[in-house]
Amino acid sequence: MSAAREAILAAVRGATAGAAAPEPVARTYRRAGARSREERIDLLSERLVDYRANVRRVESARLREAVDERGVGRIGVPPGLPDAWRPAGAVDDRAVGPRELDELDGVLTGCTVAIAETGTLVLASGPAEGRRALTLVPDLHLCVVRTDQVVETVPEAFAALRGLERRPLTFVSGPSATSDIELKRVEGVHGPRRLIVVIVDGA
Amino acid sequence: MTSFPEAARVALGDSRLRENLRNATTTIRDKRARVVAEVPDWEELREAGRAIKADVMHRLDEYLLQFEAAVQAAGGNVHWARDAAEANALVLEIARAHDASEVVKVKSLATDEIGLNDALAAGGVQAIETDFAELILQLDGDWPSHILVPAIHRNRSEIRDLFLRTIAEPPLSDEPSELAETARVYLREKFLTAKVGISGANFGVAETGTVVVVESEGNGRMCTTLPPVLVTVMGIEKLVPTFPDLEVFLQLLPRSSTGERMNPYTSLWSGVTEGDGPREFHIVLLDSGRTRVLADEVGRQALHCIRCSACLNVCPVYSRTGGHAYGSVYPGPIGAILTPQLRGVEHAKSLPFASSLCGACYEVCPVKIDIPSVLLHLRSEVVRKAGSTPERVTMRGLARVFGRVRVYELAQRFARVVQRPARHLPGPLAKWTRTRELKPIPKETFREWWSRERGA
Repeated sequence: MSAAREAILAAVRGATAGAAAPEPVARTYRRAGARSREERIDLLSERLVDYRANVRRVESARLREAVDERGVGRIGVPPGLPDAWRPAGAVDDRAVGPRELDELDGVLTGCTVAIAETGTLVLASGPAEGRRALTLVPDLHLCVVRTDQVVETVPEAFAALRGLERRPLTFVSGPSATSDIELKRVEGVHGPRRLIVVIVDGA
Repeated sequence: MTSFPEAARVALGDSRLRENLRNATTTIRDKRARVVAEVPDWEELREAGRAIKADVMHRLDEYLLQFEAAVQAAGGNVHWARDAAEANALVLEIARAHDASEVVKVKSLATDEIGLNDALAAGGVQAIETDFAELILQLDGDWPSHILVPAIHRNRSEIRDLFLRTIAEPPLSDEPSELAETARVYLREKFLTAKVGISGANFGVAETGTVVVVESEGNGRMCTTLPPVLVTVMGIEKLVPTFPDLEVFLQLLPRSSTGERMNPYTSLWSGVTEGDGPREFHIVLLDSGRTRVLADEVGRQALHCIRCSACLNVCPVYSRTGGHAYGSVYPGPIGAILTPQLRGVEHAKSLPFASSLCGACYEVCPVKIDIPSVLLHLRSEVVRKAGSTPERVTMRGLARVFGRVRVYELAQRFARVVQRPARHLPGPLAKWTRTRELKPIPKETFREWWSRERGA
């Protein structure tokens, strides 16, 4: 192994040698929320809208209709997207290069878990979520959230991600944004400029 | 380096800078306060964050080895760099091995700290900064003034003029959305064609080898996903022990930093994944002074910093001088304790004094770094290392006078005789009386009165 590695490890050991062990970490922060299912879903919508995402809640029977209304044009879809969700202009993601992804009008995926308190969608590269580039390069991201995927707190989301830790994960909270110009928030710099979230009951 | 008071004097004379800074720091400060107030268990989260980081520092060697093994098991390559030169050489070598004349880069303080862009340029590789503000600064040959909003000293019309000079064709208005669109178009082509991406890391998870990048614009996702090769430069102090520890820091960081409940994008990856993202992943573990900081029992808590910049926005000094006066990529209160420790106090001895010790930084710090205590500790280090300065000799003499009653009383009597009705002190002492009145020594001191009236 490299000399740098040995030198750094030796310096680290020398620096902390003889120091008293710190007290164990007290995890007294909130784990679970206290809201009801409906309150949780309302909170998620509210927080997503606050970040200028477009949010719509539909019955599962009307999901396709909602999707087609919003996802116009060539819409990329991951290989494991449920058939019932497929938009009219679906284009299967066949591991094409970023330039081909750039030519899509949008992308439609599901998610693994959604955090109400922070208005966050977690994509965990599942069959209905696809690879990371798919939800990044196109300008529109339509994301379907099942109501049973909505949790209230961040720690609840991490509990739901157990076993998926080593997969590529993306936490999405609203469309891409910058506040670098005189602190004025501008939606859409490099990621999708439009984020449309469809919350569906029991799909 | 230029001393803080000298650099600050220049900054304070720039009225537009002060106006921008006041606007920025108060706006972000208010946003932060609002979203922090929403969280009922904020103090519990802060305490957990502090305790996790304290544990990381205590067992850093174990966590580094665990992290290395986990990254390697996930198909990544781990490199170690003792200093800036070693880190820069490693990154340059990887870029060259892939014939990359251009690399796309996410904003990263660690790479700014080691001067990676200049080192790459010297080796014939151009690093393109892709964060909006960093792009502005790079196009103009300027450098950041704030950790979070690095170009806060620039106005929209200046940005428009700069873009017209460099990457855009007229017509171009100074509407923020139009300026952002210009950057999007310019950088998209870079993202689609880059062979190598470079990032920093907000966190590294020892247990799983996961690297975390927290951002807003999506340029971080682009750089860490699209190029076939990814190189991450991470300070050794950025580790957390377990994956669920992130549930603490991903609550603390966005609310403290941008004043958002969650930042738009957070990317997490472990090594390489077949069919998703880069085919080759390298991580450079950087020391560059960190083990020196770790060896200081009081000062090592500076390594707990998660770079949120909340301390900058509440600081009465930073909010007036801005970041450039600190002469370091780490400005503000955290910079005042981190820079002298990373470089050695003798190389930044004015920084520990760039504070009124009001304590606002400690109150907002999401991991409870006791910045005022570390400042005091470093001030005493500066004095200790300075040797026999006139000030120290004077103070030592005074200590002797004040330490013995007889000598003290004698000195008082002597001073009464020699004092002239002057309001101002001469020579180097004039600074003291420039804004203060010199009180005459009374005809009779309290002690003299006491022994006359009640004395034994």
